[in-house]
Amino acid sequence: MPELLQFLLSGITVGAVYALVALGFTIIYNASDVVNFAQGEFVMLGGMITFFAHAAGLPLPLAALIAIIATAGIGVALNKLAIEPARGAPVVSLIIITIGASIFIRGATQLVFDKQIHRFPAFSGDQPILIGGATILPQSLWVIAGALAIFFCLWLFFTRTLIGRAVLATANNRIAAQLVGINTNYVMTLSFAMSAAIGALAGVLVTPITLTSYDVGLALALKGFAAAMLGGMGNPKGALVGGLLLGILEAMTAGYISSQYKDAAAFVVILAVLFAMPQGLFGRKSTDRV
Amino acid sequence: MRLSSKATTLLILAAVIAIAPVFFPSSYYFRVGSLIFVNGLAVTGLVILIGYAGQISLGHAGFAGIGAYACALAPVHLGLHPALAAVLGAALSAAIAFLVGRPILRLKGYYLAVASLGFGILVSMVLSNEAQLTGGPDGMAVPELGLRAVLKAIGIDLSNTEFWYAFSGLVLVIGAWLALNLYHSPTGRALRALHGSEVAARTVGVDVAHYKLVAFVLSAVYASVSGSLLALQNKFITPDVAGFMHSIEMVTMAVLGGAGSMLGAILGAAILTTLPQVLTVFQEYEQLMLGLVMMLVMIFMREGLLPSIARRIRGRAE
Repeated sequence: MPELLQFLLSGITVGAVYALVALGFTIIYNASDVVNFAQGEFVMLGGMITFFAHAAGLPLPLAALIAIIATAGIGVALNKLAIEPARGAPVVSLIIITIGASIFIRGATQLVFDKQIHRFPAFSGDQPILIGGATILPQSLWVIAGALAIFFCLWLFFTRTLIGRAVLATANNRIAAQLVGINTNYVMTLSFAMSAAIGALAGVLVTPITLTSYDVGLALALKGFAAAMLGGMGNPKGALVGGLLLGILEAMTAGYISSQYKDAAAFVVILAVLFAMPQGLFGRKSTDRV
Repeated sequence: MRLSSKATTLLILAAVIAIAPVFFPSSYYFRVGSLIFVNGLAVTGLVILIGYAGQISLGHAGFAGIGAYACALAPVHLGLHPALAAVLGAALSAAIAFLVGRPILRLKGYYLAVASLGFGILVSMVLSNEAQLTGGPDGMAVPELGLRAVLKAIGIDLSNTEFWYAFSGLVLVIGAWLALNLYHSPTGRALRALHGSEVAARTVGVDVAHYKLVAFVLSAVYASVSGSLLALQNKFITPDVAGFMHSIEMVTMAVLGGAGSMLGAILGAAILTTLPQVLTVFQEYEQLMLGLVMMLVMIFMREGLLPSIARRIRGRAE
């Protein structure tokens, strides 16, 4: 059994990161109907900026804070410079724009920073903790706790604050939201900032375990997207469940089937889910208006 | 006499391919030219899928991979001639596209994009993981096509790069001719109808699922042949040919030039193939430039370069 528990623990750790990336997708998708393929770059930026700020002599918490704020700024810039001017463009164009943005951010990171693999120290040491025969890194606990905390805060934000409800209203019906006086442009900006900040935070939490470099974003974006789709696009609860499920599934595939095909798990799942229930686990059934 | 738009397109394409070598200072340009034609062929297939039928695929490099590895594997394991291997690859791609396309094409927009993306990634994963068969990420050698030797025997002596320039150019013109014929056929009209509105197309009796599948299978065959040509030309192949970035490049080429216009899409292939060659001096800026070009064209010229420019010129003339 310790083996199974070990796989489960590592699956949950990775899954928590996927869940955060999926949550980032969800927030932007709800506010703007755009699937942001640059979502993974936010995670990369979080890790990279923290590393370089830390290497420049700043204490780790301050470096992390700077990384999160800077990434949020980049998210806002992405919205203002690339997404807003293209409003109403067909899905193919939007996909190419956000993939273009992702390639652009990767290229810029490689120029501004470097192409090396980086790591900064774990928050509370590297001494593994023993649980029932399996081990878990303290940093994994940080990742899991961080993910849960973010989901809880967002839940409070969306249900308990006026601006959170404005975001939900915009997601439901942009025109109706405008009619009742919601500034939907502000909601868009806010959504991109939040989504980027959450991605960056995920990067800060996970870099001590998985390391980071300028090109880690794409794989994370695809996995996060798979998780969001698994849970049902546009549903934060779906993002959490989809992310954890995907992480566990990957760890089990790596452990029991083949570590080479670990990454295949995500895409087999996407295909299976899309064939069997195209709305995902928690998605609403949609009908087209003609 | 007024030429049809089909004849005009083919004439322009053939003329450019035939005349361009006059201005080539070195054999390197033949090489770049043939790469453009190989990519142009895959993009022509995507014009059928994206431009005619309005569907998207982020996994067509998977079919290019199947075509490429068919040319590498079938001659060794089945003893087939490389040309037959390319045909086998195309048939295999068509069969797989038929099987995968049926469930995938029920999906729309982002869901279709992701399902096709998943398919492409699975293909590239198999190619890089089954190392005992495919040589893994290091790639494998591809046998010589042998057509050049035949041509030499009948008195046409071309250098390797010249041969591939002419041959892939010829295949591209044939591919474009077939695709343009399709556009004006009943099938082409059905595809354009379902692009405009699936519900409306269904109302007038178009079997939407069937025609989407036709477009998907045809574009898969184009991608497969393009992969085969690339493999035979380079005599070497790696799993990158089936990778996610290659899929993205293909779609970007098609949409950049204008997926609604055959010449536009091929122009897109030419631009994106040449860009990295021009930028080798600034290799570090390559990704930055590529990303920037993708964003700018899609934001400011939504129909793609050629249709947008054509419209602007027409607007000025009136």
